[in-house]
Amino acid sequence: MAAIELRGLTKVYPGGVKALDSLDLTVPDGEFFALLGPSGCGKTTLLRTIAGLETATGGAVVIGGRDVTGVQPGGRDIAMVFQDYALFPHMDVSDNIAYPLRIKKVPKAARHAKAAEVGARLGLEQLMDRRPGQLSGGQQQRVALARVMATQAQAFLFDEPLSNLDARLRLEARTFLKKLQRELGVTTVFVTHDQAEALAMADRMAVMEAGHIRQIGTPAEVFQRPANTFVAAFIGSTPMNLLDAVVRGDTLEVAGCKLPVPASAEGLLTEGEKLVYGVRPEYMTYSAQPVDGSLTGGVVILENLGASHLVTLDVAGVLVQAVVPEGHEPALGEQGYAVPRGDRALVYRDGELVTA
Amino acid sequence: MAQVTSPPKPAEVVSPAPARRYSSDAAGLGRLRAGAFVAPALALIAVFLVFPALWVIYLGLTNYRLTGAAAAEPQFVGLDNFVKAVTDPEFWDSTWLTFQFVLGSAVIGQVVLGFTLAWMLKDRRGTLKSVVEGLVILAWILPSAVVSFLWVALLDRDAGTLNALLGIPGFAWLLDHPMLSIIIFNTWRGTAFSMMLYGAALGNVPPSHLESARLAGASGWQQLRDVVFPHIRGHILTNLLLISLWTFNDFSPFLLTAGGPDGKSEVLAVHVYKVALQNGDLGYGAAISTVILLINLVVAVFYLRLLRSKK
Repeated sequence: MAAIELRGLTKVYPGGVKALDSLDLTVPDGEFFALLGPSGCGKTTLLRTIAGLETATGGAVVIGGRDVTGVQPGGRDIAMVFQDYALFPHMDVSDNIAYPLRIKKVPKAARHAKAAEVGARLGLEQLMDRRPGQLSGGQQQRVALARVMATQAQAFLFDEPLSNLDARLRLEARTFLKKLQRELGVTTVFVTHDQAEALAMADRMAVMEAGHIRQIGTPAEVFQRPANTFVAAFIGSTPMNLLDAVVRGDTLEVAGCKLPVPASAEGLLTEGEKLVYGVRPEYMTYSAQPVDGSLTGGVVILENLGASHLVTLDVAGVLVQAVVPEGHEPALGEQGYAVPRGDRALVYRDGELVTA
Repeated sequence: MAQVTSPPKPAEVVSPAPARRYSSDAAGLGRLRAGAFVAPALALIAVFLVFPALWVIYLGLTNYRLTGAAAAEPQFVGLDNFVKAVTDPEFWDSTWLTFQFVLGSAVIGQVVLGFTLAWMLKDRRGTLKSVVEGLVILAWILPSAVVSFLWVALLDRDAGTLNALLGIPGFAWLLDHPMLSIIIFNTWRGTAFSMMLYGAALGNVPPSHLESARLAGASGWQQLRDVVFPHIRGHILTNLLLISLWTFNDFSPFLLTAGGPDGKSEVLAVHVYKVALQNGDLGYGAAISTVILLINLVVAVFYLRLLRSKK
């Protein structure tokens, strides 16, 4: 078990594409860390560079205090679960789990005992003689996890660990993975493009865009206080309302409505300044009666989210969304008043969060 | 039954068209018309493959000769030709030489060289790959007559290019090392097929499997053993089957050495040619051909068994 440290890590592909641009990142010992971002943001390249499957163009990868930048993948004392699990089809489950030990020249009896022990822990006892082709997706994933666990590596890397499972199984596997990581206490970095997955599983996460890390923080921080409009728009199952605003005295003028300056930005704004006002639909209080400091408009769309509804208001041509608990949903065409929570509303100047 | 809490709006009921009964007759032609479509192909196969094969078996049972009295009125001699073949040391010498030729040039030469080239060029792009592939394929597609002339010129005793390069004029490659010469010649000639086949096969090995092995610390050889070979096992066996049979029946060594000197490179294909056409003993030649056919069958069955056996 060990911390992972990246110092000024840069990866430029032949042809000049800069996949990673001088990244600094520290994942402390035992942390469950998520790399999140849209396709092509460099998150997988970053994971593969930590693994040594890609060679860094510049900077250093330090695992457990040892600089492994120039070390082959096999010498880094890490283990990885691939997106397709990469189980060898011609070996049974037991041989697959024991494979890394076989390469390390662990005697046959010892490595199969280890495989049986790890397999039993993941509920694979009945499947040890099967081939990967005879297993379901969820079972294959557990075999891949067992193979990683059997190595007793210092750190684990997971590449999109849940993306090959169907939606129902994904939720179960999410809980299972988090519990397992907590029990093992091994530093684990995983890559995902699904913000809900990152929020649910990670202790801390990094949100990436075009080879840069845009924010590092706990899921709560990233969700509640996105550091910039990119993160604000990327995180959350319903996109954050990002509305153009102008400072007018001690209020903000947003889509023709007057809103109080959010608590986080008090005293940091100048008169007449053009900003972006951000508030999550979940942090809006909807009312059918007129309220002061609300965004006012007609209800144009209603979306059922299960236990709540997503209401879209047309506020002077700007679409604003608010989440309304079940039983309080308005009718289409009705006039609605959405009040942002003052302690959750945020203000962005040039795309960056305005904060003390 | 699912509970319907909100019935759908009633829609027009469209009764499905009566399902067409699907039989094994997918095209719906019927036996007669289907047979008519296949007939021309079957006729060609019968005339040019089945009939000659049966004719060879029949000839093998006669004393048919190219010229003379036995050419006009061949006599039925039963299994005499076959007995003569299996008791003739020349026949067994040729079989042994053919075995060396197949093992050396096909199984070891073409497969090993072809795979090595494909493996080394796997992740490469650009000029080097194009040049190597181009050269290898060129050796494969050139006409035999051109190729054998080139090799005769290369290996010639007095004015040969190779001797000039090595600075050993007068060294008679084709006389002193006839088997080695034709083995290297055929390896050079036929590697392209194996290289292309393995190139395609290696493209099917999932990169994540190789990376998984690398992360476990597997060496290059361990990656080949544990990931690559199990994945391309079927390709390897198919490749071996094809090139073994092709090489077994290959006549081109004749163009280089004419079977000589003193029968030292007289593989079976050359042996049959000499017996049947140079000595004019068609009946005996046909009998040897039948034996070759049987050996080919055994080789094919052996590989197909391996291919079908569980991994």
